Amino acid sequence: MTSSPSTVKTHTIIAHVEDKPGVLNRITSLVRRRGYNITSLTVGRTAEPGVSRLTVVIDADDDTARRIEANLYKLVNVLLVEDVTFAPLTSRELALIKVRASTETRPRVLQVCEVFGARIVDMTADMLTVELTSAPDRIDDLVGVLRAEGIVEMVRTGVVAMARGERNPIPHTHAETSPQNAPQEQQPWPESSTTATPISA
Amino acid sequence: MSNPGDSSSPSPRPLTGAEILWEALVAENVEVVFGYPGGAVMPIYDAMLKYNDRIRHVLVRHEQGAAHMADGYARASGRVGVALATSGPGATNLVTGIATAMMDSVPVVFITGQVSSALLGTDGFQETDVTGVTLPITKHNYLCTTVDEIAPTIREAFFLARSGRPGPVLVDICKDAQQAMGTWSAPSGTPRLPGYRPSPHATDDLLGEAAYLIDHAERPLVLAGYGIIKAEAGELLRAFVEKTHVPVASTLLGLGGFPASHPLALGMMGMHGESWVNHAIQEADLLIALGMRFDDRVTGKLASYAPRARKIHVEIDRSEINKNVKVDVALIDDVGRVLTALTPRVAARRREPWAARIAQMKGDGAVRDIVGLPDEGRLYAAHVIHDLWRLTGGHALVVTDVGQHQMWEAQYYKHDHPRKLVTSGGLGTMGFALPAAIGARFACPDDEVWVIAGDGGFQMTACELSTAAQEGVKVNIAIINNGYLGMVRQWQQFFYGGRYAATPMRSPDFVKLAEAHGLTGMRVTRRAEVEATVRAAQQTAGTVVIDFRVEQEDSVYPMVPSGADLAEMIRRPPPPSPLVETAEDP
Repeated sequence: MTSSPSTVKTHTIIAHVEDKPGVLNRITSLVRRRGYNITSLTVGRTAEPGVSRLTVVIDADDDTARRIEANLYKLVNVLLVEDVTFAPLTSRELALIKVRASTETRPRVLQVCEVFGARIVDMTADMLTVELTSAPDRIDDLVGVLRAEGIVEMVRTGVVAMARGERNPIPHTHAETSPQNAPQEQQPWPESSTTATPISA
Repeated sequence: MSNPGDSSSPSPRPLTGAEILWEALVAENVEVVFGYPGGAVMPIYDAMLKYNDRIRHVLVRHEQGAAHMADGYARASGRVGVALATSGPGATNLVTGIATAMMDSVPVVFITGQVSSALLGTDGFQETDVTGVTLPITKHNYLCTTVDEIAPTIREAFFLARSGRPGPVLVDICKDAQQAMGTWSAPSGTPRLPGYRPSPHATDDLLGEAAYLIDHAERPLVLAGYGIIKAEAGELLRAFVEKTHVPVASTLLGLGGFPASHPLALGMMGMHGESWVNHAIQEADLLIALGMRFDDRVTGKLASYAPRARKIHVEIDRSEINKNVKVDVALIDDVGRVLTALTPRVAARRREPWAARIAQMKGDGAVRDIVGLPDEGRLYAAHVIHDLWRLTGGHALVVTDVGQHQMWEAQYYKHDHPRKLVTSGGLGTMGFALPAAIGARFACPDDEVWVIAGDGGFQMTACELSTAAQEGVKVNIAIINNGYLGMVRQWQQFFYGGRYAATPMRSPDFVKLAEAHGLTGMRVTRRAEVEATVRAAQQTAGTVVIDFRVEQEDSVYPMVPSGADLAEMIRRPPPPSPLVETAEDP
C-alpha cells in the first residue's frame, strides 16, 4: 500500500546483526525488493564479538517503518531491531570536504570551519580538506556554506546513532560486562520495545 | 569404512561430508529425496547407495520437477520435503520451484552441490552463485564450504523450514566439503539461532479486544487461509464458528481447512470466488482473518474492500500486518493458539438475520451456476470436475495446475478435509501439478491421487510422466484440454477485445503420449463418457492420462476484474445460452 506523503518522515532504525558472510547482502536485498527508500546505511562492529550494528536512516510513514522492522526481524541473522526515531538520541556523521581556498578566501573558509568546529586535515596552495563529525543537520549547514566557496570533493559516512541514557537493550554476553555467573548461552535477545506490542489501531 | 549406515551408533564417527549429509537426513526422518545427479553432487550420490535402505531417491527428469515433488510431498504430508540438485544449471532449474514454495510458505529443504571452495568466485564450470540467486526466494539459505558445517546446517535448515511461518531453505554444499572427512554425531536439542523468533504471542488485552469485536458484530465473517491447515487448526475453527455462528469464507489455499459440506462454509472468496462470498465480505461488519494475507486476488480494489467491516488479523508473520489491508486488531500468534484462547471468551450467538441474508445471496448466485445448467451435448470443464468430485466421493487428493481448471476445481470439487487440495496459489506456477502429485503420492500412498491440469501447464512438465512410470507411481491425470491457454484467453476475451494473441495451443496426442511412456491413455469427448472413463482409470494399475476435450471458449465465472471492487463481478450469462460473451452483469 502506498503511503500518504504527508505522513512520511525520517526514521532511524538500529539493527544488531550476526557478523556472518552475506548478512549485509540480505539486508540490502530486502530493502531493494520491498522498495524502501534509504537515506543512509552504516555498519560497524559493537562491543559484542560477532555482532555488528547497522544504522538505517529511511524515509517512511509509521506503518512502513513498522513493516521494515518486522521484515528485518524475519532475517534469521538479525538479532535486534529498534526504531529509535522517537527516542532521545545521539546521532553522528563524519564528513570529509575538499573545498577551494585561495590565499584571498582561505581566512574566510578557516573562519567558517572554526564556527562549525571542523578540523583541517589537509591543505594545499588552493585547497583545504575539512573534517567534521557532528549531527547530520549541522553537516548539511556546513556543506551549505562551503558550497559557495566551491566544493571539489565530498564524502559522508552516513549516520550512526545511539539512544541516550543508561538504557541498553542489548544483553552483554561477553566477559567484560557480563554479570558474574550469567548463563552466557541462555541470554535471549529481547524483542525491542517498539515491536513488543502488536499493532492495534 | 566402518559401517557408515549404522545411525544408531551414539559415538562420534569419522565419515565423509556426503555421508554426514545422509546421516543428517536420516536423523530428520527423511523418507524420500527427489533429485537429479551431476558433477558437483557426485560424492552425495555415491554415498546415497549406502543409505538407500532408509531413504528412497526419486530420479526426476528436470530439477523443476524435483522441486515441485518435494513441495507436493510437504503440502500433502505437513512434513519437510527434500530436493537435491547439482550446481549451476541443476540449481537454477530449481528456482521456479523454490519461489513456488516460498510464496505458499511450504517447508522444503533444497540441497545443491557447489564447486569446490577453492573455485568459488572464479566462474568455474557449472558455478552459479546459488545462495545469491535464491536469497529473495528462500526463508534462509546457507553455503557450506567445510565438512564441519554440514551436520549443524542441515539441522538448522529443517528447523527453519518447518517452524514459525514455514518456508523453503536452501543448503549449498561445496564439493570438497562433501569429499572431506569429518565427524558425525547425532545432533540433539533445538538449534541455537539467537535472532530467530518463530513463536510470537498475542497479548491477553488484544485477545479481549478481539472477543469484544466478535461479540458485538452482527454480520461477521471468518476468512480462513492456509494458516488454518498449516496450524492444523480446523477442529478449533469448527468449535469457534459453531459457538458464534460466524460463516466461513476460504482463500484458495484455505480450501479443506474447514469442511465444504459444513452449513457455515460459504466457499471461496476473491477474483473467482463465489458471488455470495464476495457480496458478504462487502456487507460484513467484521472480518476475522485467520492465517491469510489479503492477497490482491482476494481483496480486489483495496480502497473499497470490506468498507463496513472492522478487521481482526490473526497471523504468525508480523510483517503481514497492515501490509495490504489496515486492521483494527492484530493478533500475531499461531492461529491454533489464538482460537484455543478465543473460543471460551466469545459469546454463543445465532446471528439468524445475517445467515438469512447470506442464504438469499446464495440463492441468487446458484441460479447462474453451471453445475445446475444442462450440458446440451457439450462437455464443460466444470461438469467434468463436478463429476470427478462425485465419482471420487470427494475423498481424492487433488493436485491442480494453474489456470481456469484450477479455479473450476476450487469451485466444484468440494473439499471436506485439509491437505487434500494441493495447488500453487501465490506464485501460480504452471507445470506444478504433475510433479507435485508424484510427490504427494509419496506422502499419501493410500490416497486416490488426481491431477487436474490444463493442456498448457501439463506440457510444461510432462516429462515427469517418465518419472511416474519408472517409479511405478499411480496417479490419475485429468487434462482439461480446451486447445487454449484458457485463462489468458478468457482475459483476452474480456479485456483485450477478443484478440487471441499466442493462446491457441496445439498439443500432442495425450493418449499416445501416455502410451509412449508405457502408461494408459484415455479420451473423453462427451459427458456421457465421463463416469465410465473415470471408473476405468480408478481400476487401472499405474498412471492414467485422460484427455478431456472440453468446450474451447468457456470462461470461469464469477470474475472480479483485476483491481475492481469485489462486488463488481462478471457473471455467467443466464441460460439458455451459457457461452454468450459479456463483460456486464445483466
